[in-house]
Amino acid sequence: MASWKGRDILSIRDLSRPDIEAVLKAARKMVPVAEGTKASRSLEGRILSCLFFEPSTRTRLSFESAMLRLGGRTLGFASPEGTSIQKGETLADTVRMVESYSDVIVLRHPHEGAARLAAEFTEKPVINGGDGAGQHPTQTLVDLYTIWDEKGDLEGQRIALVGDLKYGRTVHSLAYAVAQFGVSLTFVSPPGLEMPKEIVGQLKEMGASIAATHRLEDVIRTSDVLYVTRIQKERFPDPQEYEKVAGSYRVDLAMLREAKKDLSVLHPLPRVTEIDPAVDATPHAKYFRQAANGVPVRMALLEMVLGVGG
Amino acid sequence: MRELRVTPIKNGTVIDHIPAGMALKVLKILDIGGSVSSTVTVAMHVPSKAMGWKDIVKVEDRELSPREVDKIALIAPRATVNVIRNYNVAEKHVVRMPDRAVGILRCANPNCITNLREPVETEFTVQAGEPPRLRCRYCDRDLEDIPAAIV
Repeated sequence: MASWKGRDILSIRDLSRPDIEAVLKAARKMVPVAEGTKASRSLEGRILSCLFFEPSTRTRLSFESAMLRLGGRTLGFASPEGTSIQKGETLADTVRMVESYSDVIVLRHPHEGAARLAAEFTEKPVINGGDGAGQHPTQTLVDLYTIWDEKGDLEGQRIALVGDLKYGRTVHSLAYAVAQFGVSLTFVSPPGLEMPKEIVGQLKEMGASIAATHRLEDVIRTSDVLYVTRIQKERFPDPQEYEKVAGSYRVDLAMLREAKKDLSVLHPLPRVTEIDPAVDATPHAKYFRQAANGVPVRMALLEMVLGVGG
Repeated sequence: MRELRVTPIKNGTVIDHIPAGMALKVLKILDIGGSVSSTVTVAMHVPSKAMGWKDIVKVEDRELSPREVDKIALIAPRATVNVIRNYNVAEKHVVRMPDRAVGILRCANPNCITNLREPVETEFTVQAGEPPRLRCRYCDRDLEDIPAAIV
């Protein structure tokens, strides 16, 4: 396991299985602090910069909450409007400037590779809060934590990834991460939005057990985890076709009657129509829990890269 | 009398075993346009024992930089570079596929951070093969059309 202090968190692929396990265990210890039932001042005197070159409410607020709960402070911007970026400043220059104002940087950017570039221009740890259609490693860690916490283990779980598997970046990162843990994966997508062959090939090389289907009905009885993602309207030239496809990947009460009692339904949120709101009241619904898990997971990461606790 | 298609050169470089059809890309890599002052000879679709068909480029009074050789390796992995001095082959080497391609390709992903005005060189990891597989170190995408991406 590489040393954590000062480490950049840029892509889930940079994290080994022991690395991921270390984050999950540290996150669990953070839960009482994240919920406000236990106090911590472990990051007192430390400053987190949140550089959000595009808005992302959930990611930004969960990072800020994580830092504040640990006694640290945050600064930054929630969107580039009104900053020097609009005057044409390069990302490299922005990062060099911010380096002297803070101890750790979280970056959200509309362009792929932005976090890796930023990390090259600062000695301070950079955490990728999502770059374009690229990586979003902290989201993946939150997903992993949720499965691990709900199921007690990742090993051996039957996980179905549902929705737009072609363009959905969260499912790509999640698939790579869980492939290291000996899970059985089934990809459920509309025709034309299947998991890219290149990724399927790499997952098989990693030794993952992989199946694919176009029908949600095929996996509902056997799955331990249903990871549902949004199917975007823009992917379909014909709105009627979209309605038809979206309808057939909708998780509702009737469908869940067939499911295992302890099936967990996850969703990175925001959802549109993929999960019927009636599902929220069932024990299957774990997506709000998943969103809440964003705070302890990010607390754990902040402590680790700042070399505190552990 | 038999006519010589390609005459020997006194000083310069002969790039042999270029895949058929790639000679013009090699000229582009070497930035050979209308303004060169020496003789450039291009042979396209020449029979080859090893390759079936091949292209050859001869450039007089010029030796290649390592960066140019790396670029050629990416589109012609089996090319040989012969350095000619005083009509003799002074050096002969097969191009070597670099492990990393730094600053010689543009990322084809328009949304890649390296296509913005940032002070960095592009960098691709190279997995040998024909064609080689190149992955952008920044955006993680594979480069499909290598000849088109050479800068």
